[in-house]
Amino acid sequence: MSLDLTQLDPKPATANDGGIIKMAILAVGGQGGGVLTDWITSLAEANGYVAQSTSVPGVAQRTGATIYYVEMMPDPGVVPIFSLTPAPGDVDIVVASEIMEAGRAVTRGFVTDDRTHVVASSHRIYAVSEKTVPGDGILASDPVVERVNKAARAFTCLDLQDIAVKRASHISASMFGALAGSGALPFERASFEDTIRASGRGVDASLAAFADAFDASQSAQEPAEDTAPADDTPKRALHVPARQKQAWDALAARLSELPEGAREMGLHGLEKVVDFQDTAYGHEYLDLLTRTAGDDTALARALAKHLANAMCYDDVIKVADHKTRGRRAEGVRRHMGVTETDVIQVTEYMHPRAEEVIGLMPTGVARRVAASKRGTALVERMFAKGRRWRSDRLGPFLLLSTLASLRPVRRRLYRHAQEIAHRDAWLARIERLAKTNPPLAIETANARRLIKGYSDTFERGQTKFDIVMTGIDMVAERDDGAEWARRLVTAATNDVSAEPVEGVVATIRSFAE
Amino acid sequence: MAERSFVSEVKKLDVPAGEVFRGEGILAITKALLESGVGYVGGYQGAPISHLMDVLADAEGLLDSLGVRFEANASEAAATAMLAASVSYPIRGAVTYKSVVGTNVASDALANLASSGVKGGALIILGEDYGEGSSILQERSHAFAMKSQVWLLDPRPNLPSMVQAVHDGFELSEASNTPVMLELRIRACHVTGSFVTRENKRPPLTVREALSDPQRDTSRIVLPPALFHHEQEKVHDRLPRARAFIRDKGLNEVFGPDTADVGIVCQGGMYNGVIRALQRLGLASVTGETDIPIYVLNVTYPLLDDEFLAFCKGKSSVLMVEEGQPNYIEQAFSTTLYKSEAKTRLYGKEYLPEAGEYTGGVLLDGLTGFMRAHAPDMLRDGDRAPNESDPGELPEELTKLIPQRPPGFCTGCPERPVFAAMKLVEEELGTHQITGDIGCHLFSTMPPFNIGGTTMGFGLGPASNGAFDGGGEKRPISVMGDGGFWHNGLTSSIGNAVFNQSEGVVMLVDNYYSAATGGQDILSSRAENPKRSTNNSIEGALKGIGVKWVRSIDRTYDVGRMRDTLKEALTTETTGPKVIVASSECMLNRQRRERPQRNAAIKSGERVAVPRFGVDEATCTGDHACMRLSGCPSLGLKETKDPLRDDPVAHIDESCVGCGNCGEVADAAILCPSFYQVDVIHNPGKLENWWSRLTGRIIARMQTRRSARRIELETA
Repeated sequence: MSLDLTQLDPKPATANDGGIIKMAILAVGGQGGGVLTDWITSLAEANGYVAQSTSVPGVAQRTGATIYYVEMMPDPGVVPIFSLTPAPGDVDIVVASEIMEAGRAVTRGFVTDDRTHVVASSHRIYAVSEKTVPGDGILASDPVVERVNKAARAFTCLDLQDIAVKRASHISASMFGALAGSGALPFERASFEDTIRASGRGVDASLAAFADAFDASQSAQEPAEDTAPADDTPKRALHVPARQKQAWDALAARLSELPEGAREMGLHGLEKVVDFQDTAYGHEYLDLLTRTAGDDTALARALAKHLANAMCYDDVIKVADHKTRGRRAEGVRRHMGVTETDVIQVTEYMHPRAEEVIGLMPTGVARRVAASKRGTALVERMFAKGRRWRSDRLGPFLLLSTLASLRPVRRRLYRHAQEIAHRDAWLARIERLAKTNPPLAIETANARRLIKGYSDTFERGQTKFDIVMTGIDMVAERDDGAEWARRLVTAATNDVSAEPVEGVVATIRSFAE
Repeated sequence: MAERSFVSEVKKLDVPAGEVFRGEGILAITKALLESGVGYVGGYQGAPISHLMDVLADAEGLLDSLGVRFEANASEAAATAMLAASVSYPIRGAVTYKSVVGTNVASDALANLASSGVKGGALIILGEDYGEGSSILQERSHAFAMKSQVWLLDPRPNLPSMVQAVHDGFELSEASNTPVMLELRIRACHVTGSFVTRENKRPPLTVREALSDPQRDTSRIVLPPALFHHEQEKVHDRLPRARAFIRDKGLNEVFGPDTADVGIVCQGGMYNGVIRALQRLGLASVTGETDIPIYVLNVTYPLLDDEFLAFCKGKSSVLMVEEGQPNYIEQAFSTTLYKSEAKTRLYGKEYLPEAGEYTGGVLLDGLTGFMRAHAPDMLRDGDRAPNESDPGELPEELTKLIPQRPPGFCTGCPERPVFAAMKLVEEELGTHQITGDIGCHLFSTMPPFNIGGTTMGFGLGPASNGAFDGGGEKRPISVMGDGGFWHNGLTSSIGNAVFNQSEGVVMLVDNYYSAATGGQDILSSRAENPKRSTNNSIEGALKGIGVKWVRSIDRTYDVGRMRDTLKEALTTETTGPKVIVASSECMLNRQRRERPQRNAAIKSGERVAVPRFGVDEATCTGDHACMRLSGCPSLGLKETKDPLRDDPVAHIDESCVGCGNCGEVADAAILCPSFYQVDVIHNPGKLENWWSRLTGRIIARMQTRRSARRIELETA
């Protein structure tokens, strides 16, 4: 900060505002900021204050960022002149119902360390720009929390969405509770609660969420260390039947063949491939892994992850297998918040294309069908429409189970042959590079993350993967090859189209030739 | 059924005289209309910023009992034309519209109304959608007042002043036989406060009574030679009478000390902001006692030269606080000073921005600059020296760390699948020339859809493809909503396309309401409305006006059908405009309507299926292709705890309304098999319950058996 403290006026700039409390409420449209604003004005008036609120209704409320503004002061007898908009450097309390919105309040100058108490929910509502990135487009909230904390006089920050959802209430109730608990307003708790009661709708749930948030905020005047919502979903666990215990143990023992730093990832990968296929497949995984990575820890770790993903490709069998698992059914009920005795209907939306169906045929047959125009056309006609299967019904369940039961013969099917060919070409390239350019070998392993999804998405991924491989081949000899490979992968993951990654390849070509 | 119901609030409109009325600006305005004996009210109901029409609609019972006619006009032009009643009869009328878009639409009628002049007071309440949060083009309403010679009120933004402005406005209108516009900025419409009520008044002459005794006065008809007379009359007769009224009634106000070296002139609407800036400079108190004299223009057109000059007397410098561009008032007063050879210097846009809203920070900066230059002695040391506290780098740093959050389609919006289908067609047939219109569907121009290039006005989407009507290798596409269609689009866009044998495709998005403006009923709404005629067919209107190729889709969520129909429209041999009517109810309205019914049904023991969607984390690969075709608020991201994964997976939260779009898009775009729909059955029948348990047990047994024989990984 380039602030000359010696020249500052001793009187604060707000000396003459005569005790007006100025509050800006930043919300995402649809969060119910209007309800909260009404509660706050009613609360103020019930406490002998005069209050004024303003808002901008309309399209800004359709999921966009929006601001409500409240001013209040003890009744001076004469009508005070309140402002209709918040002004930078002139806000006492900022209430933000999402953490990025708290950050937005700072960018707009509404948070200053001489006076502003920020009460914010730490949860995230992802913006469209974050959601549409093909890779990981999520913006980190920690740096925002840290900076809001620095900018504010006081900061109450906790997951108010989680509190509200747990009480089957709405975030306006938990925000109101956090505001009460933060002590930012000079009113008693009971008065807040009376305001909720007087509003008359969903009172019990609102009061419960209010109370939880009130209590939580008492101990959250500093940003909490861990603001993530409590996790009630089960963790990773491998279920091994007694009959296969020996086979599994023998397989797991082989992890010691990996460099020590890669064993944990190796175990994760091993669990995944065995779940996907069987223990023999697990041995194949470890064979490929040790052969390709040797004793290079970093490479082994990267490859342990990506090889497992490569070997567990998304075919019809995998999907059918997953959809018919008992644990998945439990997960669905948990997600919907219903108990085992509730009646639910589960409709699966699936649309396998001709490619997936042909992939399910034995290699020889599939090759002939794929080669014949009439054969492909027939399969295409048969599967031109999506399927909606009620997996809670016996018929569709049996059908899916039958598909899942093809697992033992999977290795004889066409899709497997295709995947193996692709996998092995990739591994061969890594093996080659491991000898000449180890950092680039690691990046080549990492590039596997580009291949994901189904149908068009899958094909787009493969195209981009191929482009990245072209680029990698061009920089194979260079010391900064790994750096270029990282650039290639980033360009490919952050955009749907192949254009950016092609751009990087063009750049490489400009200096490589 | 409008988005906001004022049913409970409008009960306050019936309170007797002398009570303290608390509420929002728009309610206060409505109360003032009733107190002033208004005979008829109306306006275009899609004026979302003011909600004034929603208040009036909810107050219709009270209006009826007072003999006040309420008309929901098809457009602002229709609303203004309705004020013709006040041309021929001594009846007060008030209409409301959003400005400036509504003022633009109304301006033909407004000009004719102004030319004729009025017998009964005619008040036009402008919901001024300017500045932050606005969804319309940014212009000033001021120009309309000047060019049509109607008067413009801009009261201080507090309830007593706004109420008084309604009373004054009618009187001014009658005193000068001129319509009066009352400008209320968006935040003033919704500011809360209180005022003391007067008695509601029945109109001395109701419109029903007037109808029994028709009047006409040829001198008021806008035809030669009368219209030349009107022009003279406006300038030489009505304007002086208006000025006299404003002066005599003291509509403008002066605050602060009688003598000072500097002063401020401001629009009434700017007053609170000016006082706040002065408060922060230590020059005004909380209740508005100011050290700097302020001349508040509650009437911004016409201006009173003598009043202004009297204010300037003895002052060396005066600051004009006038929001927006051009600075008409500053220019006018500069001329006044120049011609009077006064010594006072007038400043304005030197210290304040030429364009953009005058928010708190802007006004503080402007006033500080003016005071530093012209009255530094009145400032505290810290305010005199240019050393504002430096917010540091945090704001700028944070700008890079937080996402933009433009508005988009609501959860479950039926328009989402329309644009998902358009996206799919685009992938297949390439990009097309696409124009948008006004309405929710304009959110398609933003991510993730990025569809549509221009928006020229309400109901003008298809018309804005007029240059391409001749067709070419590809067909132009335009989008228009049902609101725009009935507002203006039927003739200006569809009739135009038929007449000119357009080869274009029109996507007419019908969500059963004027949805973007708050869900009011329109001609084709499906609801039964006891006060209005609804359920009028869009398709019938299209065919009636001569469209040969019309396809109606009654469930927009059928993405495959939407896509195929659009492809057909783009490729069919049929000549003339191709119109697809894509209909599904606005989800906000539908939820508002259905949720209470559903909850009641569940409570009463009826069998109810409640749908919601989910994503299988295990099969979702985290490519987010689904989100690039959705943008639904309930479809978000979830970071997995799987160490083998780099990217977050899709996740549907509890706000999902089960519209079906996710599944349909996954199907039509052949995305992935991760989406599933769960229908939770409340109060299942005995047989259903038994059967469900039985199948559940059989399935569970098979699952247990399979699990027992294999190694299975459970991830979460």
